[in-house]
Amino acid sequence: MTEIKENRNGFKDIVTKIGLPTLIIAAFWILTLVTAAFLDMSISTLLSDTIKRAGMNGILVLAMVPSIQSGTGPNFALPVGIVCGLLALVISIELGFVGIAWLLVSIALAIPIAVLAGYFYGKLLNAVKGSEMTIATYTGFSIVAFMCLIWLMVPFKNPKMGWFIGKGLRETIQLDSVGGAQLLNNFLEFKIGGVIIPTGLILVFLFFCLLMWLFTKSKTGLAITAGGMNPKFSIATGLDINKNRIIANIVSTVLAAIGIIVYSQSYGYAQLYNGPLMMAFSAVAAVLIGGATASRAKVSNVIIGVVLFQGLLTTALPVANEIFVGTDLSEIMRMVIQNGIILYALTQVKGGDK
Amino acid sequence: MSDNLLNIKNVSKEYYGNKVLKNINIELKKGEIHALIGENGAGKSTLMNILFGMPVIHSTGGFEGKIEIEDKEVNIKTPHEAMDYGIGMVHQEFMLIPGFTIAENIKLNREITNPNIVSKVFGKRYETLDYKKMNEDARKALDTLDMDIDEFTTVAGLPIGHMQFIEIAREIDKTGIKILVFDEPTAVLAESEAKNLLKAMKKLASTGIGIIFISHRLDEIIDVADKVTVLRDGEHVATKDIKDTSAIEIAQLMIGRKVSIDRSESAERKTTDETILSIKDLHVAMPGERVMGIDLEVKKGEILGIGGLAGQGKLGIANGLMGIYPAKGEIIFNGNKLELNNPKGSIKAGIGFVSEDRKGIGLLLEESIELNIAFTAMQINNEFLTDLGLLKLKNSGKIRKHALEMIKDLDIRCTSPSQKTGRLSGGNQQKVCVARALTQNPILLFVSEPTRGIDIGAKKLVLDLLLQLNQEYGMTVIMTSSELAELRSICDKIAIICEGKVEGILSPLASDAEFGLMMSGSSKLADERSGS
Repeated sequence: MTEIKENRNGFKDIVTKIGLPTLIIAAFWILTLVTAAFLDMSISTLLSDTIKRAGMNGILVLAMVPSIQSGTGPNFALPVGIVCGLLALVISIELGFVGIAWLLVSIALAIPIAVLAGYFYGKLLNAVKGSEMTIATYTGFSIVAFMCLIWLMVPFKNPKMGWFIGKGLRETIQLDSVGGAQLLNNFLEFKIGGVIIPTGLILVFLFFCLLMWLFTKSKTGLAITAGGMNPKFSIATGLDINKNRIIANIVSTVLAAIGIIVYSQSYGYAQLYNGPLMMAFSAVAAVLIGGATASRAKVSNVIIGVVLFQGLLTTALPVANEIFVGTDLSEIMRMVIQNGIILYALTQVKGGDK
Repeated sequence: MSDNLLNIKNVSKEYYGNKVLKNINIELKKGEIHALIGENGAGKSTLMNILFGMPVIHSTGGFEGKIEIEDKEVNIKTPHEAMDYGIGMVHQEFMLIPGFTIAENIKLNREITNPNIVSKVFGKRYETLDYKKMNEDARKALDTLDMDIDEFTTVAGLPIGHMQFIEIAREIDKTGIKILVFDEPTAVLAESEAKNLLKAMKKLASTGIGIIFISHRLDEIIDVADKVTVLRDGEHVATKDIKDTSAIEIAQLMIGRKVSIDRSESAERKTTDETILSIKDLHVAMPGERVMGIDLEVKKGEILGIGGLAGQGKLGIANGLMGIYPAKGEIIFNGNKLELNNPKGSIKAGIGFVSEDRKGIGLLLEESIELNIAFTAMQINNEFLTDLGLLKLKNSGKIRKHALEMIKDLDIRCTSPSQKTGRLSGGNQQKVCVARALTQNPILLFVSEPTRGIDIGAKKLVLDLLLQLNQEYGMTVIMTSSELAELRSICDKIAIICEGKVEGILSPLASDAEFGLMMSGSSKLADERSGS
């Protein structure tokens, strides 16, 4: 009898530790994988895609951690960082870099641009305490619209990214042309039983996870966390909360900038104009699925979340298309799943802690 | 007996096994002003909550005893019923809507209305307001109070004294009002305004309304009341006719000394003449605990107590010096000028602070005990860190070692140093707060309400700990507390704060009457008496 009881407690502990939403999504993902197997779909392809997409999106999701920890909530203004990364990326192409040099120069350029943007974005958030999430969402939208003008007006001459007629940059820039497609994915890539492991991509993601983890254990990281958890405590401890919030959002913006460069090289295309518009939402959904709340996030939440979320998306859509033959549900499904997850996760947020 | 408006008979109340009121008996006659006095937590608010049938009373199991209005037993279950019985209350904080006119505020929720077409379809809530009648009624109520202000001006921007009168006007405008409760009505008023208010109270009483006057200002009570009832720790200490008593006697009754103070004196208390902290003209804008010009000198190595009633500003001193609320004034600490409004500077200068708001300011409830203990020292003094050049990482080993030492020294009861502080009991949480302050190696330690919300056993431990810190490490301690008994048990001297200023400094061995008078801001009264 006692053993059963203990087991029950153990199960309950697991549920509270991992979080119910995470478990539900995980169960649903496994269900779709099983369904896919019954439909004779290639499981190895689905898993390969999942791993690749998780690696692609990982750093963008990681960008949520500092902003959540600092108390500004999930970084809905992820596009701010993303356009910084894209700007660095096209500048690097314009300067004529190719291959690995292009990638490194892009990242090197992205960091200072993102630091600057993150600083001003942090200042903005400090001015609107209490409604950060809303303001962040609209900041993200605005910056994308603003950058549409910039993409059209930059006087870049490199034919690899211009329109064939007229001025401005193309909507989609093929990175093949600068030898930038799948650079990281192909590094030490190998196969296990048909599942492709993009080693370089995964290593880069894990490297940034490690950096982020160290950061949360650092003096500054702890100060940021304390500021997010209990602002009054932080003031009494002599911390400068506003400064810490700015630092957190700078880190978040820089991660977003680097994240989009890693994303683009894996995707093989850089998407300008409205490409970044909705990217924040999938990143927010992923970190929330991973067990983060709007006021607390850990690196483990990012890793679990990005695998589950991308796994569910990559598996559920082909399965849905297979079941409802003749319809094209994939885009609708994606929207329903992604926004449904965000909505669900945000309802789980424990309020009143600001 | 027939002219008794209100009889409170043998009323007792328990909150979760904790007796907060024991056999209270109060009689209120027509036209009588009955003062109710007692320290914070004496049970005044609970008694009034019972009288008004507040939900908090009934959701915690009701009360024992009887309440009679005009000799008929009544059972008041909601504030609305209390209103129907003719009981009104003038609140301490104004419940007025600034954008509305005086008349609208007076008539709020009791508006006089005329039916119109819409209301005939949709019901009474859509009737038109009869402003003329409302203004007339308001005028009448204001005239009763000798207020020559226009009833159609808006409340916003009126002086505080006027707002208080509008509150009163609202109560007396209610038809059939028999009993009015004034809850510390003069606390926020200037002296001249307070005088007017007392005059108005007398006038109201002369019309036959019975008034219960809650106040801690002894001089006012002597001035207007006919009778006074003293409560202490939920007990009915005495009811006296004002003409048979004196301010000194009331003060004595209020403080009382139920438990003798076990003061392990103290022949070898090593205080020096060296001033470690000198405060000049300190003002702190802490809501509810405003400090308005405090001068205080603290000697090295002493334990200074800061006492006084709630809301008088005693808590503002520590919070102001630590930069938590905006402050101005001149502070010399340890020979240097202390810059105000700079929490980091205060901590760096060597001042530790254990906040009265343990859960709000004192702790990171979601974090481990060890991190809570090490946090301030880590952030401000760069201790417990491993420097990697670019990043400074926390040194978990050092933190753990230090936490274990503290847990042992302060006897913190926990499962492990990594337990979350939110799971600890109040006393242990308090010890974590003290441990954190000690980890900063402060020269001077502010401790605010160290025993609030913790049980009696733990109280003694915390007090002993403070005494021990003082004696063994020569740490200067400034302890702020609402509990006079605990201040008197360990402090070398006690400053009593009243209305944002230091009313006086007393020896812990001073008499109850002296403490009582000072806490009520009536020390002058005592001087006059002893002079005459």
